[in-house]
Amino acid sequence: MSESSEENSMTAEIVQQLVNGLIIGATYGLMAVGLTMIFGMMDVINFAHGELYMLGGVFAYYLASLLGINFFGSIALAVVLVMVVGLIFDQLVLRKLRNEPTLITILVTIGLSIFLQSTVMLFWGPSPQSIPSPFSSKAIQIGFIFLTPFKIFMAVITVAVIFGLHLLIQKTTLGKSMRAVFQEKESAAIVGIDINRVYAINFALGSGLAALAGALLGTLFVVYPNMGLIAVVKAFLIVIMGGMGNFLGAIFGALLLGVVESMAAGFISSSYKDLFGLLIVMILLVVRPYGLFGRKI
Amino acid sequence: MGVKNLKIGPLLLIVVALLVPFILRDEYFIHLLINAGLFYILVAGLNLLVGYLGKLSLGHTAFLGIGAYTTALLSVKLQAPFLATLAGSIVISLILSILFGIIVLRLRGPYFVIVSMCFAEVLAIVATNWVSLTNGPMGLPGVEPPRFFGYYLESKVAFYYLMVAIVIISTYIIYRLIHSVIGRASISLRENENLAESVGVSAFRYGMIIFVAASVLAGVAGCFYAHYVSYVNPEVFGFIYMITMLVMLVTGGKGTIAGPFFGCILFTVLPEALRVAKDYRDPIFGIILIVVAIFLPQGIAGLFQKGMARLKGKTTE
Repeated sequence: MSESSEENSMTAEIVQQLVNGLIIGATYGLMAVGLTMIFGMMDVINFAHGELYMLGGVFAYYLASLLGINFFGSIALAVVLVMVVGLIFDQLVLRKLRNEPTLITILVTIGLSIFLQSTVMLFWGPSPQSIPSPFSSKAIQIGFIFLTPFKIFMAVITVAVIFGLHLLIQKTTLGKSMRAVFQEKESAAIVGIDINRVYAINFALGSGLAALAGALLGTLFVVYPNMGLIAVVKAFLIVIMGGMGNFLGAIFGALLLGVVESMAAGFISSSYKDLFGLLIVMILLVVRPYGLFGRKI
Repeated sequence: MGVKNLKIGPLLLIVVALLVPFILRDEYFIHLLINAGLFYILVAGLNLLVGYLGKLSLGHTAFLGIGAYTTALLSVKLQAPFLATLAGSIVISLILSILFGIIVLRLRGPYFVIVSMCFAEVLAIVATNWVSLTNGPMGLPGVEPPRFFGYYLESKVAFYYLMVAIVIISTYIIYRLIHSVIGRASISLRENENLAESVGVSAFRYGMIIFVAASVLAGVAGCFYAHYVSYVNPEVFGFIYMITMLVMLVTGGKGTIAGPFFGCILFTVLPEALRVAKDYRDPIFGIILIVVAIFLPQGIAGLFQKGMARLKGKTTE
């Protein structure tokens, strides 16, 4: 009898970690989808993606705790503000570099990354803060797993946003022109699509997704100026796993990384949890140098 | 005539470098020059990868850290002399760069960039968590100054001369390397990897030679760093050092021998000369990187070459 109850609690523990991993993984997915959209369409490896993620958290914190704006309002506003930052950067800097080699755009986005990170450090200081949320921290039992209301909110929002993005890309005229530019930008320009406009919207959308991830994870965990570095590394790993420029691959890779991390933290060691994702990707790349779903370039 | 001119320049530089401690007796200035030299070894190695092979590595700090930790462990736990710590750093960074090279050199473009960055991140996590070996975030204090046959090099000036020696030797090796078949092969890979491979230049083989050379140089820099600072912690893997190297390389001029010199001197001496507050240094680095990458992709060395070419053009006319 004791054996079977032990087995039951083991299964419960595994399911619990699996669900936790999927929820965290879904927010990674927001970031990774943004990154892969920007790379797939614009050939820009956006090293500032982690800082756009960090800015999402920072703006949401300032709006909610200093200006006293309602939690949901401040997250929405933070996302919009970061989209504006992305738009300005694209039009001011990236627009000049559309035909330059990737090395130049990598250097430029690294420049933006270090600028944003160190500038925020000047205002913020090094200590982490948590975005105040109206959700109770008491876990709710669903079946035999426990979830806090905020985690459920995170899951709902993330799924809704990714589904919304899917509709935008598949069903609207804007989405159609985005897909056209993604496939063949010269032909898209010939049939009258304003490429610069599509690029700008694409970059802003990607930035907004990163900001949403930052605001959500900044509420679950904490916000601090350097939070972008490890986040961007993870997002890159996910994008590599899924194949660069591959939308579905990014979501799949994100869920996988979330689950692997959660399982590793729950059953092996939490201080090494970040290591497992890195190692898995390195091993994967030895076997498949272009990612799980990637094609040879 | 041309050949003679080429050799007078470096010789003059060496003489000036050797005379500096006699002219300027300011310890702090010597310290800055040592820092510049340390960064030069790192940046010159990075230049082999970025400037000549055309592969952007963001994991160069990995080998700085490997060299520094190897030296610190050998010195703290075994009281090893300088030649042993140096040999240890070279061997360990050689082995690890070959192993890591097998993984990354098969990757192209963005994949290479990102995985190289992850490698440094992996090592930082290991150095932070493997407390029994590395002492974790507390780091390893008490690395001895370099010891040669029982004598310690302790003064700033002694460190300075050791650094000058390392700089001269590494520059000579780099010079020979890029003016050999290996250098020409890697430049052809940089210009067009597919085309180079189609005429029989192995991207993997030449990439590996360049990668190992760059990594071993970084390992040597790490060895010197550990002895000089006498303390190593996981911050040696920090991305900020990577950024600093990149700013120096890009501003100085990648793909040239002189570029790393310009960059390293400029970004160690200039901030001090201008008394820039440390808080504002990093935002300024960010802006410089953006501006230089857009408007001056060939860096100061490129500007220099253009100026020289124009001057020569005028005199022959």
